[in-house]
Amino acid sequence: MTFFEEINQYDQKEVLEQILAKKPSDVENALHSDRLSLDGFQALISPAAEGYLEPMAVRAHEITKQRFGNNILMYVPIYLSNECTNGCVYCGFNACNKIDRKTLTLDEIEEDARTLNKNEFRHVLLLTGEDPNRIGNDYLVDAVKKIKHLFGSISIEVYPMDTDGYKQMVEAGVDGLTIYQETYDPELYEKLHPFGQKRDYKWRLDTPERGGEAGLRKIGIGALLGLGNFYTEAFFTGLHALYLARRYWRTQVSVSFPRIRPADGGFAPLYSVTDKQMVQGICATRLLIPDAGLVLSTRESAQFRDNLIPLGITQMSAGSCTAPGGYAHEDESTGQFCIDDDRSPEEISRIIRAKGYEAVWKDWDPAFLERAS
Amino acid sequence: MDEFIIANRRFRSRLMVGTGKFSSNEAMLEAMEASGSDIVTVALRRVDIENPQDYMLKHINRDRFLLLPNTSGARDAEEAVRLARLARAAGCEPWIKLEVTPDPYYLLPDPIETYKAAQILIKDGFTVLPYINADPILAKHLQEIGCATVMPLGAPIGTNKGVKTRDNISIIIEQARVPVVVDAGLGAPSHAAEAMEMGADAVLVNTALAVSPNPRMMAAAFKKGVEAGREAFLAGLGKKRKLAEASSPLTGFLREIK
Repeated sequence: MTFFEEINQYDQKEVLEQILAKKPSDVENALHSDRLSLDGFQALISPAAEGYLEPMAVRAHEITKQRFGNNILMYVPIYLSNECTNGCVYCGFNACNKIDRKTLTLDEIEEDARTLNKNEFRHVLLLTGEDPNRIGNDYLVDAVKKIKHLFGSISIEVYPMDTDGYKQMVEAGVDGLTIYQETYDPELYEKLHPFGQKRDYKWRLDTPERGGEAGLRKIGIGALLGLGNFYTEAFFTGLHALYLARRYWRTQVSVSFPRIRPADGGFAPLYSVTDKQMVQGICATRLLIPDAGLVLSTRESAQFRDNLIPLGITQMSAGSCTAPGGYAHEDESTGQFCIDDDRSPEEISRIIRAKGYEAVWKDWDPAFLERAS
Repeated sequence: MDEFIIANRRFRSRLMVGTGKFSSNEAMLEAMEASGSDIVTVALRRVDIENPQDYMLKHINRDRFLLLPNTSGARDAEEAVRLARLARAAGCEPWIKLEVTPDPYYLLPDPIETYKAAQILIKDGFTVLPYINADPILAKHLQEIGCATVMPLGAPIGTNKGVKTRDNISIIIEQARVPVVVDAGLGAPSHAAEAMEMGADAVLVNTALAVSPNPRMMAAAFKKGVEAGREAFLAGLGKKRKLAEASSPLTGFLREIK
């Protein structure tokens, strides 16, 4: 069964009702279970669990520490292009937005990459918009080949590809894929994506599976928090992660918690997601999948990020710039969204250390993927 | 003298330590020192193997410790072999802790791929120390093709559950002709002592030290646990008996019946 088929077995309104109906006793039962069931997961993300954040955090902390130790993996995004033919109403790269558009040349990519390499980064995430005439698989392959000697791990967060496309990426040296569904609510999805290739909900939902088939080693998913109802988005994100971890058992699945940020176009979040709900989502996901990577980006404020470190987070970005070419040259073209935590990587790694954790810069080696020719 | 020998090389300590998961490199170095270990294992994916300035490579004193690279993260034999060769090419000694763990969740070792990788690496001149499930038959196969040790798990990595695979580890210890190192799952010095009392030749510990609030003190405690277990094994533990023996025999009267 594909995940599309699995999610279609759920009536999303019914799921919301189930979650809203959870009682404190359901939360307590979930907290005392050895292995969290989906029903228990619903209880932990429900309003009834808001009074149990501390015991949830304690358990999430313990599990994470045992499985991942006192380490936080550091990564950084490199925006290769902000050109896009999609109309995602919440995104700064929306085709209708009048912003300076730019696609980096290979030399410019290398320039950014060298700057980041000097700043200790060994795990990078390459990002683009979706514009088949300007950004294609060959461009990405060339980009990866150009910079892979500088890094231990290269992931991509670009337009969805078919399975062969992902195989091409793996061969070039890409080990990870990040692809957010944005919202798991198909009706809302349609409204938020009025035109462009991204309009196809199913094609996007199937994307992590195509990545898994192609043998990508790490797959990251997430919902853009603030688009849909928090409770159902958190539930279906957890369900999706669990599905992927079981089906592609050789692949490390990670879940991100991107909360919507101000961007060009002035989109206002449809739902407000509170800090408490963020904590709830992170802790509940940790209890659902003890071994999942949990990722936090610089979208969140410095103070909030610092406080989330011990609650189950395993990966953080630092010193991010969401505009193409922005590392080597400041004030380059327009970014995708405004980041909040703008501290330098050194500063963030100092804080991680002060919290009793070690910032890990390299936890992968390109040698894993170099098949004997 | 009670020497611990792997592939003709002598070691004083029967405690090996891992270097992952520590809250800082300093905490890791302190724990290594306090453990009294001679062998420390390092994940190749965590180091810039070709960069002599890499923190771990630079700060682990290789006159004092045997730096035992491991292939953690390898999903199949080919990947593990490639990593091992990379380490040797970068100047590491040709010793490798072979880990092939295709499932990133429980990190359980793949017996088939581990065996294949061991075959290739041994032919290649490596001293191979394979991480395996507590499978006595697999241990025999690996011993037969020339592995220097076998390293069965006590419990899945990081679980701190102790010697959960006790019965199978006993069989491996009984039958092995190479050193048996109990690896993974040991969460307390008493677990390490238990493995040593059973007759294991050594143990490997990482998570229990790394996530302790005081890694140095915990390392010292494990050192004592390993030594206590070893001495008890050498002294010979009293047999466990099913029935109590009364100090005045209950059937003594039978002897008096003429």
